[in-house]
Amino acid sequence: MLDDFLVRAALAGIGTALAAGPLGSFVVWRRMAYFGDATSHAAILGVALALATDLPIGLGTLAVALAMAVTVATLAARGWAMDTTLGVLAHSALAFGLVAVSFVPGARVDLEAYLFGDILAVSKADLGFIWGGAALVTALILWRWSALLTATLNEDLAAASGLNPDRERLILTLALALTVAVALKVVGALLIAAMLIIPAATARAVARSPEAMAALAALVGAGAVLGGLQMSLTFDTPAGPSIVAVAAVAFALSAGFGRMRG
Amino acid sequence: MTAAMPPLLAADHICVRLGGQEVLHDVSMRIARAEIVTILGPNGSGKSTLLRALLGIVPVSHGQVTRSAGLRIGYVPQKLQIDRSLPLTARRFLSLPIRHGRAETDAVLARVGVPEVTERPMAGLSGGQLQRVLLARALLTQPDILVLDEPTQGLDQPGEAAFYRLIDEVRRDTGAAVLMVSHDLHVVMSASDRVICLNGHICCEGTPRVVSGAPEYRALFGLGTQGALALYQHVHDHDHTHDHDHGHDHHHGTHGHDDGHTKDGHKTDMGQTGMVQTGEHKTGGHHHHA
Repeated sequence: MLDDFLVRAALAGIGTALAAGPLGSFVVWRRMAYFGDATSHAAILGVALALATDLPIGLGTLAVALAMAVTVATLAARGWAMDTTLGVLAHSALAFGLVAVSFVPGARVDLEAYLFGDILAVSKADLGFIWGGAALVTALILWRWSALLTATLNEDLAAASGLNPDRERLILTLALALTVAVALKVVGALLIAAMLIIPAATARAVARSPEAMAALAALVGAGAVLGGLQMSLTFDTPAGPSIVAVAAVAFALSAGFGRMRG
Repeated sequence: MTAAMPPLLAADHICVRLGGQEVLHDVSMRIARAEIVTILGPNGSGKSTLLRALLGIVPVSHGQVTRSAGLRIGYVPQKLQIDRSLPLTARRFLSLPIRHGRAETDAVLARVGVPEVTERPMAGLSGGQLQRVLLARALLTQPDILVLDEPTQGLDQPGEAAFYRLIDEVRRDTGAAVLMVSHDLHVVMSASDRVICLNGHICCEGTPRVVSGAPEYRALFGLGTQGALALYQHVHDHDHTHDHDHGHDHHHGTHGHDDGHTKDGHKTDMGQTGMVQTGEHKTGGHHHHA
């Protein structure tokens, strides 16, 4: 069954969506959308680094995404103006990544795959990496769920309940970097943030509880993966952008539904 | 009055620095079981920081904070802004981070007087409802001490009075100590066992009656945000015959126009305000609620 590239693509996409749904909900609740952008754009720099040093792409991406996420989190804690800082970091990471990749022989050809994903070329090894990473992210979030939610609500309240908001923030940062590494092959550096935010925002209009929103976001993401792959097959459109496009349509429908219902 | 009892919560000569600035300097205080202590001070005087240091949310750069072993703290923060993107009912909120059963959450919401909000989203609650839900969450931990940071901000006057009545009831029912920050002199005078006037350091402290007579307190009051109230009291200060008929006679403030009668011997470093004081006859005798 795994010999079928389409099955591998679907599984890779679903694995990513299952991790991105709950994590994306936190990204939405904590207003970290730009944070997700900066981290995922840094992935391109990670690709360049991995290619230059013959390391696995996943590892290079993970390392640089993590470095970026920690940098951003540290600057935020020091009270930098986050909107501007993130804007600077997100786009610089992308620019430096693209420049760095251009120095690596042969990599230019593949650039599009890293920017927009190459889900139809997912190998069995990729699949193992994606599901391993996705399982780790999901386990992290499930394990810390209550604490993460409390710290998201109000850090002082969490601290007074004996939790450490810094630690919870670090866990989310780690989960984000992992998700970026996992999703790179599926939707590419430019659209990872979309896979985090759009399914969660879609779920918001319908969900009545944080748990429902996270679960629904995972489902919406998985549905978008299947719909996007179908669309890609039928109309010969690029798979990664098709997935995001389907998710966006789902968002529009759900927003309309949410408004109708009041 | 509390020196003999072991404190629930104590600060010994603590200093707190935030962003390179010393916000609190050499503050020592303690609070014992079932006491109501109010920290009073102008904006930026470090009131919230003191609470946060006592709770261990911000680190102290000097000195020591001691919490009694196993101390259960019920904390009501100054503000809780809930993003609309987070679908959270009041019931679910009460179970963060520790799960509580239906019966328990129903009972506590009824106790604080908002049984109707149970299934409503937090983001849609009014200011008064939100404060009560926050108090309910604090009560669910069966706290030894309730810590409230300007809990009535954004409430109207009847709402504020009702909220403090509720807190007083809770103290009576549960025996929990109450430590709160307020700029509201009315509350300070009527509901507290002890008042601590803070302005980066402790300017004065004692029973409301003692503190209201201290020039440091008067100087702080002049510094505070209660311009309208001060003006109001200024009128009252000239109208003593009605003092007892109003609920406002507790906060004898400063004469806005009068910087005379500065008392000697109580000089603090708040001199920039021009310490002002009303005649001695207004400080004694009226504090029948204290």
